[in-house]
Amino acid sequence: MTFPMDDSRPIFMQIAERIEDDIIEGALPEESQVPSTNQFAALYRINPATAAKGVNLLVDEGILYKKRGIGMFVKTGAREELREKRKGQFYEQYVVTMVREAAKLGITAEQLIEMIRKGDKAR
Amino acid sequence: MSVVVSAKGLTKTYGSFKAVDDVSFSLEENRIYGLLGRNGAGKTTIMHLLTAQLFPTGGELKVFGEEPYENNRVLSRLCFIKESQKYPETFRIRDVLETAGTFFPNWDREYALALSEQFRLPLKRKMKKLSRGMLSSVGIVIGLASRAPLTIFDEPYIGLDAVARSLFYDRLLEDYAEHPRTVILSSHLIDEVSGMLEHVLLIDNGRLLLDEDADALRGGAYSVAGTGARVEEFARGRRVIRRDSFGSLASATVMGTLDGEARGHADSLGLETAAVSLQQLIVHLTGGTSERKEAGGR
Repeated sequence: MTFPMDDSRPIFMQIAERIEDDIIEGALPEESQVPSTNQFAALYRINPATAAKGVNLLVDEGILYKKRGIGMFVKTGAREELREKRKGQFYEQYVVTMVREAAKLGITAEQLIEMIRKGDKAR
Repeated sequence: MSVVVSAKGLTKTYGSFKAVDDVSFSLEENRIYGLLGRNGAGKTTIMHLLTAQLFPTGGELKVFGEEPYENNRVLSRLCFIKESQKYPETFRIRDVLETAGTFFPNWDREYALALSEQFRLPLKRKMKKLSRGMLSSVGIVIGLASRAPLTIFDEPYIGLDAVARSLFYDRLLEDYAEHPRTVILSSHLIDEVSGMLEHVLLIDNGRLLLDEDADALRGGAYSVAGTGARVEEFARGRRVIRRDSFGSLASATVMGTLDGEARGHADSLGLETAAVSLQQLIVHLTGGTSERKEAGGR
């Protein structure tokens, strides 16, 4: 089983994002233990120091916390916090790009809204 | 963190040919380094200098704080797995492993035998009867089981299939986690090994072109494409490492992060932007374009 990393962005950021995804999707519940740096290194075939940098980023952001001698755990409230953070990024990452591409193709705002409604029904 | 290798102005010349040209770098303890570059760039010469198989023409080289040449305190802490290691004609794999055990103070015999089994090495077979891939596997087994504080692998995978290479990468990371040591990995297969590297040294024409954390290089360059004039306008004042054009269209690969400023500038000029992978970046930097020197000017 391999989980290839995207080679055009820093790996530590990708590690942090994957942990965030697991927390948002519930695969890593609050107060559960996060895999160790060496487990991440083996799983993704990456340098352990790089994996540690990704984990420590989330410690700095208050998403994970360290229990001495045991490992890293997901903080209570982390899931809600991450959802809010991702909502903030949603506009930049998806809406702005979508509107720009739509403008290029000559899709009007009304047509775009209609498409979103259609997509929402289909989900 | 202590320094394992320190090179200052390291130079090796053969007549008028500068194989290694005024190279300075230091390697810190317990990190995995990638020594990258094209064939003939000078990587192997550097490894031979580090391991005292060659004597430098100029500059200063310290390994574990001492000069390595004929210095057993240094050499006993090194393991160098060469691309084309020669073995005594009559030796079987078993003999090679037993002999290795007498060279390396940290040698783990059990581990060497377990690895041999995983790499499906026939211990009783004579070295001269081994395939290219099996010879590489023997080198990998020795390199890992030596647990030498400075372990150097020079293109260790010649003739190995994808399965055996995967096995090497997994065992290397696993054993490095349990027994940290300084590793230098020289490789052409940048895509395969880049994730395992903490730091990259890029050599080109005997010179050190990059000395940078591997993760900092990811996202350290991007490309823009659009009409030639617009691309030129964007490129002004930026560090361009490669230009391509096709008809009225052009693209430029730029060193730097694709941040809000760069993205905004590209958008305003109607240019498309794209990320550049570590492998692409290295290919661009060592591709022999006339702008290479400009990019290396650090």
